[in-house]
Amino acid sequence: MINSSLKQLGAMLQSKQVSSTELTQEFLQRIDQHNPEINAYITIDAERSLAQAKAADARIAAGTAQPLTGIPIAQKDIFVANGWKTTCGSKMLDNFIGPYDATVIKLFDEAGAVNLGKTNMDEFAMGSSNETSYYGKVQNPWDRTRVPGGSSGGSAAAVAARLCAAATGTDTGGSIRQPASLCGLSGLKPTYGLVSRYGMIAFASSLDQAGPMAKSCEDMALMMNVMTGFDERDSTSLQRDKEDYERELGKPLQGLRVGLPKEFFADGLSSEVAAVVESAIAEYRKLGAEIVEISLPNTQLSIPVYYVLAPAEASSNLSRFDGVRYGHRAAEYDDLLDMYCKSRAEGFGAEVKRRILIGTYVLSAGYYDAYYLKAQQIRRLIAEDFAKAFTQCDVIMGPTAPGTAFRSGEKANDPVAMYLEDLYTIAVNLAGLPGMSIPAGFASVDGKQLPVGLQVIGNYFDEARMLNVGHAYQQVTDWHSRMPEGL
Amino acid sequence: MQWEVVIGLETHTQLQTKSKIFSGSSIAFGAEPNTQASAVDIALPGVLPVLNAEAVQCAIKFGLAVNAEIAPRSVFARKNYFYPDLPKGYQISQYELPVVGKGSLTVQVGDQEKTIRITRAHLEEDAGKSVHGASVGMSGIDLNRAGTPLLEIVTEPDMRSAAEAVAYAKKLHELVQWIGICDGNMQEGSFRCDVNVSVRPKGSDKLGTRREIKNLNSFRFMQQAIEYETRWQIETLEDGGTIQQATVLFNPDTGETRAMRSKEEANDYRYFPDPDLLPLQITLEDIAKVKAVMPELPGDMKECFEREYSLSAYDASGLTSSRGIADYFTAVVVQGAEPKMAANWVMGTVAAKLNEQDQDISASPVSPLQLAGLFKRIADNTISNKIAREVFDAMWAGEGDADSIIEKKGLKQVTDSGAIEAIIDEVLAANAAMVEEFRAGKEKAFNALVGQAMKASKGKANPAQVNEVLRRKLGA
Repeated sequence: MINSSLKQLGAMLQSKQVSSTELTQEFLQRIDQHNPEINAYITIDAERSLAQAKAADARIAAGTAQPLTGIPIAQKDIFVANGWKTTCGSKMLDNFIGPYDATVIKLFDEAGAVNLGKTNMDEFAMGSSNETSYYGKVQNPWDRTRVPGGSSGGSAAAVAARLCAAATGTDTGGSIRQPASLCGLSGLKPTYGLVSRYGMIAFASSLDQAGPMAKSCEDMALMMNVMTGFDERDSTSLQRDKEDYERELGKPLQGLRVGLPKEFFADGLSSEVAAVVESAIAEYRKLGAEIVEISLPNTQLSIPVYYVLAPAEASSNLSRFDGVRYGHRAAEYDDLLDMYCKSRAEGFGAEVKRRILIGTYVLSAGYYDAYYLKAQQIRRLIAEDFAKAFTQCDVIMGPTAPGTAFRSGEKANDPVAMYLEDLYTIAVNLAGLPGMSIPAGFASVDGKQLPVGLQVIGNYFDEARMLNVGHAYQQVTDWHSRMPEGL
Repeated sequence: MQWEVVIGLETHTQLQTKSKIFSGSSIAFGAEPNTQASAVDIALPGVLPVLNAEAVQCAIKFGLAVNAEIAPRSVFARKNYFYPDLPKGYQISQYELPVVGKGSLTVQVGDQEKTIRITRAHLEEDAGKSVHGASVGMSGIDLNRAGTPLLEIVTEPDMRSAAEAVAYAKKLHELVQWIGICDGNMQEGSFRCDVNVSVRPKGSDKLGTRREIKNLNSFRFMQQAIEYETRWQIETLEDGGTIQQATVLFNPDTGETRAMRSKEEANDYRYFPDPDLLPLQITLEDIAKVKAVMPELPGDMKECFEREYSLSAYDASGLTSSRGIADYFTAVVVQGAEPKMAANWVMGTVAAKLNEQDQDISASPVSPLQLAGLFKRIADNTISNKIAREVFDAMWAGEGDADSIIEKKGLKQVTDSGAIEAIIDEVLAANAAMVEEFRAGKEKAFNALVGQAMKASKGKANPAQVNEVLRRKLGA
């Protein structure tokens, strides 16, 4: 049952082979058993989850169920959920109980899905290993000594270890795709503006986008049908008609033009990842795809641009955490300034502070033009690179991350090495394009078989086609249905 | 040395929208603390701003009223600083690209007209309030005001005296109420001014270093503050000192300005475009829609009064000094009143009464219809101008309309020549001495006899008839 697709689970629920309550209990029991080690969840609230399961069962009995009704979904702890502790992985919000529902939470609720719990994450989504979480590191289910990636590391580990049927993530520079790659699952960052950001605690507003993390592209299509849509509470949400993301599934890939950016296969890519990605591309050739070499000449600039813009926005977004109205406040302080300083010094971790400092610096008088404005200009160049590329191809493929999962602690004290994890993913956020990672095979590292992800980048609003591109591959390969041992 | 003062104003006008600029909360004044603060206003994690279209319409209205450029594309920016009454840690404002560009406002200073250039006007949100002293050792925060829409209106340094600055501020105050974007309530902070003051040797075209007087919420304080500040700057320079750029506060108790601690102003606001809000796009169609519902502007109405009613510029200006007065005047004239007479009464008797009771014309107990009714009785000789005052006072006191008061009090003018002759015969008989004086050539005695006759008729005799009969009887 735990390996079943969302569609299969839906069918089992509909035919009363299993109830939502039983399914939820099954996952809660697995969480009880494995989460103490894996640490994929920050908050579990069995009572709330089971109450939702009971309501779902009633809905199924009443015949008003939707495809996800009764299915337990894990929610990244970046989404504010009414009555749930919502921490964003930070001590700053350790005492914060959500007083309202994020739009994403509300949409899953309305679809009848069960909120199984809030998953671990890098603090305020800043990190690529889940090691910056106040709630401790998360183990990669494929090798417990390694990181699951980040920032949606808890969601990735939870899906990989089958501690939920599927999960949500958010992606500012690769935070869905890189952990999906490192944990052997499917993850999609949609076009910017497709999923409402209301109630999703902001890291870098112009880059943040929520998306599904699941075992397969078909599962992700079902989740996208629930998550997307215009939201009047989010001014950057796009006014478009609701789409059916399953509509392309099953179409042949004959004639699909796949662009391979030469910059994605250059220095920095590990040979074992390159080999897996190349074999996946060979598979696509067999499926009828046509391979074209393309160039994204400004790829190298995406990391420096990102590390100006994202911290700039973050430094401002995180100003509201001042200890005045909610969140952590220092126990003792002399005056207002002291209260601010102590509360924020105690409440934020090192990586968050680093980014606030960088962001404050680049926005300061005298530096703004040289950093922030310049970065915005290059951001446009990066988007133009993609626009040009999409005149030559339908989708772009390449590695999601430069390597496989690394050992816990290996890069924890080397921020730049950590930042390079997002070399292939960041440009997609800067351009606002949809990007996806799907399991493409395994690489043997130190005697362990570690998953490798293939990244698929599409043009704006091309998610339905991308999901079919992944789905077609998942019909002829079984990488996505493999499960780590010992679980 | 001769000095010249140079003044520019920044005015925060609170917009009269139903809800806040980025949330659906009410903006009504005086509610219990924090009862009008939503998740967005208190900046809970995850919340996002959504621009209130009504606030944009107010900005367009203002732009049209001062003949300004309305930007087809303007940008909201974040002004970052920490303060407990600023929930997000930044204020959403407009910085490089404001919604309203260059415009102008012409004001009357004494008998001179002066045009003040407006640099820009931009939309922004207000902060909350810190409440000190509610409990010992702690400060409270009231976020009801947080997110209230403001239009900040900035002028060029075009004013050269406190009187000019006050004239501009008053004119602006009238205008924003006229076009219905601000209630103008200065006590509640709906209209507050920051005044930039510098001085320079007369004839110099270089600007001196300015000091900014913050948050003036009365025209009287503005006058006093500018006068004090100007004297202080001139004295400082004449004593060989220099002016440091500073933000100062005016203390109405001492009548002095004093610099705020430098720490409070040493801010780098780190402005950058707010990524949560798209650039504000305003189309010609949007502007046309607002234009269609714009009231006639005071300047246009003033010209119309001069042209249509042959009023003087002075009268027309006074009658268009507020929308309430203009509407009142127009309503009186529409009832058939003679415009010049209506103008004299509205700006004279009515204004004096209102002034006396510190009331707005909207609170006048005498309606335009009632006033026009009074004028009819003057015009048809039912009452004299003098009696009209008495009737007006009674109307003001709520005793009814002109006709019923005249009837009730028996104030109808006596025009029956028999009755008038009888009164005059009595007066002549009782004032033989005056008759003698008149016959001796003293014209003054004639007036005294008229007075006696009017008195005897309790003011009701038609003065022209009294004159005529008296002259005839005296054989003059």
